[in-house]
Amino acid sequence: MKKIILTSITAAALTAGYAQARDSYDHIRFGVDVPYEPMEYRTPDGELTGFDIDLGNALCDQMEVTCEWVEQQWDGIIPGLLARNYDAIMSSMTINEERRAQVLFTDSYLTVPSAWFGPVDSELEDISEASLEGLTLGVQRGTLQDNYATDFYGDMATVRRYASVDDMLLDMEAERIDIVFVNYPVGKTTLLDSERSEYRVIGEMINEPYEYFGDGIAIALRPRDEALAERFNEAIAAVKEDGTYDRIHERYFGEEEE
Amino acid sequence: MLDFSAWFNDLLAGNLIFTPTTLGYYWEGLVTTTQLVFLALLAGLILAVPLAIMRSSKHKWISLPVYLYTYVFRGTPLLIQLYIIYYGVVFVDGIQQTFLWPILREAFYPALIAFTLNTAAYTTEIFRGAIKATAQGEIEAARAYGMSPRLMMRRIILPSAFRRALPAYGNEVIFMLHASAIASVVTLMDLTGAARFVYARFYAPFEAFLFVAAIYLCLTFAILYFFRYLEKKLLAHLRPQTA
Repeated sequence: MKKIILTSITAAALTAGYAQARDSYDHIRFGVDVPYEPMEYRTPDGELTGFDIDLGNALCDQMEVTCEWVEQQWDGIIPGLLARNYDAIMSSMTINEERRAQVLFTDSYLTVPSAWFGPVDSELEDISEASLEGLTLGVQRGTLQDNYATDFYGDMATVRRYASVDDMLLDMEAERIDIVFVNYPVGKTTLLDSERSEYRVIGEMINEPYEYFGDGIAIALRPRDEALAERFNEAIAAVKEDGTYDRIHERYFGEEEE
Repeated sequence: MLDFSAWFNDLLAGNLIFTPTTLGYYWEGLVTTTQLVFLALLAGLILAVPLAIMRSSKHKWISLPVYLYTYVFRGTPLLIQLYIIYYGVVFVDGIQQTFLWPILREAFYPALIAFTLNTAAYTTEIFRGAIKATAQGEIEAARAYGMSPRLMMRRIILPSAFRRALPAYGNEVIFMLHASAIASVVTLMDLTGAARFVYARFYAPFEAFLFVAAIYLCLTFAILYFFRYLEKKLLAHLRPQTA
């Protein structure tokens, strides 16, 4: 019994030491779900790139810390953060109430709408309960698009949930799903920007209701890392100030988007 | 009934995860898993009997193709077979225009096909082993009675082989149930799919997966007891006699 107590005290002391060391954060590990072009993806030669990646690296430079990117599938990205597999999530995560109960968000660094994408020859003209009746919709599992599509159209249409955007697009190409609901820049880059795109946006850009689309995209941290959130907020303000942010934004979204 | 629903609502009160909606997902998942596994096992069993007989044939040209089939399907992971059947078929040009497409378009049928072919391969080998293990004396006795090979297969070899195969086949059924958990990777809302949905929506891995594990345990127990009952009935002659 004594031994057990002693062991647990040592363990507690060690973890406390460990936690303290981690709290000063001179090295930050970001969790990211790849691919999600243009937010985060790999170039043909395998290098990790994208808006989040470049901005994250710029923030690290600003904060004078080193950083590292850890790949994690989307549906486990919050549990992975809480399990300390990485220290921050920078993966186009939109702030919403459900997530706020689990993680601490920094200030928002980007706002993007979501949109429905379907084949050019699709007969759909608008998105409504009537027009989606009986169709098959594709979403990435656990995204706000999943929640939105499930809650609004889950009763009249079949919602198919994919682990990655890649799998989903493959199934739309195969004509297994009629239409997909994704974050607009991702849909634009992966579906519209290719030379002979066979897809188009259907209906309008969607960024309401607030419960689903929230306050824009931010970095997510463990709730206790308030000091780190403060440092991130200062860094975000600084890169916006000195023009780094605009350069990165232009690189991935072009000028006309603003 | 009213009492029950009041009791049920009280039970769920103050609980964010197990709402009637999410329990509905689990229920749908249970139905899908049961259908998928039951149909795959049934079709696999029907395929496996003739295949096992062919596999036990003395003639190479009959047994070799079956051997190749079981070798390939037992030699590759079920997940890979599912990927090939689900994502692979869409690369066949013009598949969307054929009569097969309404079947292959859904996630259910490709999963059913993959599971059926996989379990049929294992079941074939289980039966073949049981057929091979038929006591020589039984076969000689059948010959002495002047039975044709066909009659001997039907009356002597198969009935005793099925009995011998029963415990091993019971295991295969349980493995199949557990293997069916991979159906959710092709978007099928089976039990695991429902658990993943709840996990991703509420960020609650423990609740979502422990609950689904409990359901799988119950299913496994049901299968276990069914086979125990069957063994008791069909293998009664092998038990030690009590006066």
